[in-house]
Amino acid sequence: MAQIRLEKIRHSYQAAPKGEADFALKRIDLDWADGGAFALLGPSGCGKTTLLNIISGLVTPTEGRVLFDGKDVTRLTPEQRNIAQVFQFPVIYDTMTVYDNLAFPLRNRGVGEKDVDARVREIATMLDLETMLPRRASGLTADGKQKISLGRGLVRSNVNVIMFDEPLTVIDPHLKWVLRSKLKELHQRVRATMIYVTHDQTEALTFADQVIVMHDGNVVQIGTPVELFERPQHTFVGHFIGSPGMNLLPCSIVDGVPQFDGQPVETGGRPTIPAGAAKIEIGVRPEFIRFADAGIPVRIVKVSDAGRFQIVETKHGDTAISLLVAEGSTLPADGARIRLDPAHTQVYADGWIVT
Amino acid sequence: MAPYALSFRASRANLDAMSIELKSVVKRVGNETHIYETDLTLNGGGFNILLGTTLAGKTTLMQIMAGLERPTEGRVFFDGKDVTGVSVQKRNVSMVYQQFINYPAMTVYENIASPLRVAGVAQAQIRERVGRVAEILRLAPLLDRRPSQLSGGQQQRTALARALVKEADLVLLDEPLANLDYKLREELREELPRLFADRDCTVVYATTEPAEALLLGGHTATLHQGRVTQFGETGKVYRRPDDLITARVFSDPPINTGPVRKEGGQFVLTRQVRWPASGRYAALPDGNYTLGIRPHLITPTAPAKDSAEIVGRVLISEISGSESTVHFEVDQGTWVSLSHGVHPFRVGETAQLYIDTGKLFLFDREERLIAA
Repeated sequence: MAQIRLEKIRHSYQAAPKGEADFALKRIDLDWADGGAFALLGPSGCGKTTLLNIISGLVTPTEGRVLFDGKDVTRLTPEQRNIAQVFQFPVIYDTMTVYDNLAFPLRNRGVGEKDVDARVREIATMLDLETMLPRRASGLTADGKQKISLGRGLVRSNVNVIMFDEPLTVIDPHLKWVLRSKLKELHQRVRATMIYVTHDQTEALTFADQVIVMHDGNVVQIGTPVELFERPQHTFVGHFIGSPGMNLLPCSIVDGVPQFDGQPVETGGRPTIPAGAAKIEIGVRPEFIRFADAGIPVRIVKVSDAGRFQIVETKHGDTAISLLVAEGSTLPADGARIRLDPAHTQVYADGWIVT
Repeated sequence: MAPYALSFRASRANLDAMSIELKSVVKRVGNETHIYETDLTLNGGGFNILLGTTLAGKTTLMQIMAGLERPTEGRVFFDGKDVTGVSVQKRNVSMVYQQFINYPAMTVYENIASPLRVAGVAQAQIRERVGRVAEILRLAPLLDRRPSQLSGGQQQRTALARALVKEADLVLLDEPLANLDYKLREELREELPRLFADRDCTVVYATTEPAEALLLGGHTATLHQGRVTQFGETGKVYRRPDDLITARVFSDPPINTGPVRKEGGQFVLTRQVRWPASGRYAALPDGNYTLGIRPHLITPTAPAKDSAEIVGRVLISEISGSESTVHFEVDQGTWVSLSHGVHPFRVGETAQLYIDTGKLFLFDREERLIAA
């Protein structure tokens, strides 16, 4: 296993990039601790797959260096980097048995048959594939095939990093949590450095110790699931993680105190507004707002039943503010007011947190 | 980046929308029965949702409604008129699938205009109608592009625009959001009911996700292995499922179930886990029942009112930031707890959890709902 470092990585798919806009990755500096479980999370086009391909060696970055345990591997091929990869769709040999599929990456590297056998059986046990070992892979369901792909990725014990690129896309929803938790359990057991790329917040948050959120070629936050939820460093993280996403209220600062529509708003800390900030906003998640006797007056515009809770959409003037209310609770009629939990209310200047 | 502002429109019955009635419809293919005898009447005014897992029969029912498939037995009525043998071309129907289906060689404009061209609508009118629909679906700046130059969300909006522009009497949406990114799904799920709110059409929407059915509202038919198990207002089906199968179809994470005995004014789950049968449960006769508890009613902290303590070995513990999920082992099998906030558990440890005993489902021997 290895500690991975990305130094000043920039990448453009164009031969002669002119400006910032031509770069798929703007500037990335990242340290991935040995043995960690990481997720790269972001919408399509954010640069996460480019970043993954730079780590694996499929793409050579326009600028910057990739280091494995301090050794520069920027120009090395994927084979030379000694990594394992699992892709979105199953990559297996239909004509081989499940056993031979799992053994292939080991035999390919000249591992002795005795060690191959021990390792294949160990991985098969972890993934509940023991009874399938003698079967031909061609007869399996998409789920079954993807499990073998996962097994092939995990079977070599000496790789520097195991990378997963949207590995659960083809898996039926009710099986997803089983495989997700299997992967997590495997990570805890083998302690390999794992990088998991996905656009699905649930997958990222439940798999990784550290989630790296990407947007528009930049890393906008690195944190634990709880940090991303409770203290989004950027309004994009607030929007992208959580459903519905974080509310954003236009804000002005009067004598250092944040105000919304002329009324002071209590926040977690005192904001430090950088000079020349163009846009100041108050960010608060729907989970941290409740109806109260005093507070911001709103009118209720829509109520959605989400089963165990209700999503209430309100408006104060033109500003939309959503909040979550428990199932079965009665909503205020006229003259509704809301209160924001100060501990979970942040101020953002040009998108970045300043409280 | 942030969800755009919403205008509020109360869902109201579209009086002019068509009613679709399936009478004793059966669909067999060879020796296999895909749809068992089904009676179902759908109206306009809000979505009609077909909720069930893959292969439950959702797509087959839609194809029968569209006229793409002919029922083996039974009749199909549109506004009381028998259309059983009428082909899809002669029914005014549009359909949107999970896969984004557009003509790759045509521009977005031509894609949206295609059903109108087929219908022989005048050029000027086509331009006007395409423009209006493109505006609603935020495709106006993209009309000159080809589908390959669009994101997944834009491609699916193009397919939706084609369905909208046709002004069909019946719109069938077969898991239209399944292939989209999570945030796009959220956005379009908001958008869809508004798009159809003031149109005189009946909308049928198939999904595998209980949460999606709830958020779309309207009416829901739950499907299981080729049978409609219940049909009614979405919230009512969720809160009062007629039977255990419906409760299972309408619960994600899966509903926790197990045998429970009522005796001497108490419910007895195991020797250690028992609680008083109070309120509406008090009058039930003693005997054996099947208990159904939704995951969010088992929590690491005791609810304000009635609760029973339960312990189990932790198999999986997941924290998503706002919610914690714990899968734990009890005598009845694997149960799931879903709670608000951050509650870390170690795999293998014994978790102490609380069942909210005021909101249980009880089913009888035939798995019909007795109390909710």
